[in-house]
Amino acid sequence: MPAADLEPAPGRVPVRDGLFIDAETPLLVTGRCRACAHLHFPRQRICPYCSSELVDESRISGRGRLWAHTAVTAAPPGYRGDVPYGFGVVELEEGLRVIGRLTEVDPSVQHRGQPMTLVVVPLHTDDEDRTVVTYAFAPSSAEPDQTDARR
Amino acid sequence: MRAVEVAGVGMHPFGRHGEKSTTEMGVTAVRAALAEAGVGRGGFQAAFCATAYGGVASGHKVLGALGMTGMPIVDVEAGCASGGAALMVAAGAIAAGQYDTVLVFGVEKMPKGIIRSSFFEPWQEEAGLAATPAYFALRARRLMDSSGVTKDHLAAVVVKNRRHGVHNEDAMFHSEVTAADVLASRVVCEPLHLWMLCTPNEGAAAVVLRANGGGPTGAVRLAAAVLRSHVPGAVLSESTPLSGLVEDDVIPPTTLAARDAYEQAGVGPEDLDVVECQDTDAARELLSYEELALCGPGSSAELLESGATQLGGRLPVNPSGGLLSKGEPLGASALGQVVELVHQLRGECGARQVPGARMALSHTVGRGANAGVVILAR
Repeated sequence: MPAADLEPAPGRVPVRDGLFIDAETPLLVTGRCRACAHLHFPRQRICPYCSSELVDESRISGRGRLWAHTAVTAAPPGYRGDVPYGFGVVELEEGLRVIGRLTEVDPSVQHRGQPMTLVVVPLHTDDEDRTVVTYAFAPSSAEPDQTDARR
Repeated sequence: MRAVEVAGVGMHPFGRHGEKSTTEMGVTAVRAALAEAGVGRGGFQAAFCATAYGGVASGHKVLGALGMTGMPIVDVEAGCASGGAALMVAAGAIAAGQYDTVLVFGVEKMPKGIIRSSFFEPWQEEAGLAATPAYFALRARRLMDSSGVTKDHLAAVVVKNRRHGVHNEDAMFHSEVTAADVLASRVVCEPLHLWMLCTPNEGAAAVVLRANGGGPTGAVRLAAAVLRSHVPGAVLSESTPLSGLVEDDVIPPTTLAARDAYEQAGVGPEDLDVVECQDTDAARELLSYEELALCGPGSSAELLESGATQLGGRLPVNPSGGLLSKGEPLGASALGQVVELVHQLRGECGARQVPGARMALSHTVGRGANAGVVILAR
C-alpha cells in the first residue's frame, strides 16, 4: 500500500487516535496477541484474553458480514452528531466481532450476513472547525474473501 | 460456616420523588427494616450501602441522619447488581463469624432519560457509542435470531410484568397495558419500543441479615448470595466491550453466578417457586430464563408462552411487576427484589402472592459486567 494512502485528509481529525487509519482505503487498528493469537479492538497494551504483554498492532481491512444491527433514534449522552444513525456488530474476516456505527439508518433494509466494509464517517465539526471522524461500517457489494482470512 | 437469615426488610417505594434526597429515602427503608428485625442503635456491627450514583459516603449520610454511626460503613458499587454485591459481602462476613448482624441497604436517585455512565470514555460518547439502549437492542436482535422469540413475545413480557405490578404499591406503574399499546409506543432502538424498556428512577430498599445461632427460627434463610463478573469474549456482554471473539460459547456472567448460587444453596432451578429477574428490557427477561437455566437454550419463548412465568403459573417470574413496573434505581434494585421475595416466602403478598412459595431466586445483571444471584429459602 502506498504511504500516501495513509495520510489523513486535511481538516479531518479522528475522534480518538489509534482506532483506525483514515485513508482512501481505511484500516482498523487492532491488537494481535502473539501468545494466544486472538485479535482485539481497540488495541490494548495487554491482551484482554490471556494477559500477555506480547501484543502487536495489526491493521486490518474491516471487511466482514453484518452480525446484529439496530438504529439509534435519540441522541445518547455526550453525542453532538445527527440522529438517527445505524448501530451494529460486524463479524470481520480476520476473526473478531466489532461494534460500531452503521451508515445505513433503516434496520429494515439490512439483514444478518450481508457483506459490510469499513468506512470513515464525519461526526460533527469541532471548535477549531475540523471535521471529527470515526470508523463505521457500510454495506458492501463485494463478497468478503473467505479464503484470504489473515489470521 | 454459619447460616445467615433475614431478620427484617424495608422499602421506600420506587418512582419519581421530586426533591426528596437519597438520604431521606434511605432513612425510610432502613428504619422499616430495623424495626422489623427488632434491631436498634448499636444492634448491628457493620453496614453496606449499595449505590451507583449516590456519590461520596452515601451510606454514612443515611446512618448519620439516623444517629447510628461508629460501625464500619462501606458503599458498594456494582452497577445494576450493587445490592447483590453488598449482600454477598455482608453474608460472607456473617458466615465467617466476623459479625453477627449486618445492615444492607441500597439508595438511588437516577438522572432522567438514557443513563449517562462514567463507564464510557469521552470519545465513545462523542462517537455515539454510549447508546445504552442500542446494546440492549442488539442483544434482543441476537436472541430473536437464535431462538423463536418475536416482537410479540417481547410485548407479552411487558404485558405480564405490568399486570403483576398493578398489585404492588411500591412500584412506579400500577396500570395494565395491552400488547397493542406496547407495540404502538415509539421505537427507541429496533426491535425495542419505549414501553419494553424500564425507567431509571429513585428509591431505596434495606435488609437486615443475622447469624442463625442454630435451629429453626422461622425466618427466611439466605441460602446463597453470589456476584460474578464477565469472562472476556462475548461482544454483546454487559461488560460492553467494542469487540469480541467469533466463538459463541463464552459463558455469560449471569450463568456463572447462577451455577455458583445453585451449588452454594444445594438446589437446582427445578426447586424454585418464584423468581425476580433483571428485566431492564423485555428481551433481557427472556435471556435471563436461559442464562439462569429456567429453560433450555433457545426455549425462552416456549416457557413464556406456556404461562409458567405468570402469576398462577408453575414458576412466576417478577411477581413484583419487575423493573418494567417498578423502574430501576440501580443501587436499590437488587435489594428491592430481595424484599419482594422475603415477603413472598412469608406469604405476605396479597393479590400477587405465589401460593406456598418456599424457594426464591433474585437476579440482577448490568454493566461491569456484574451479575448477582441470591437464593432465599424458608
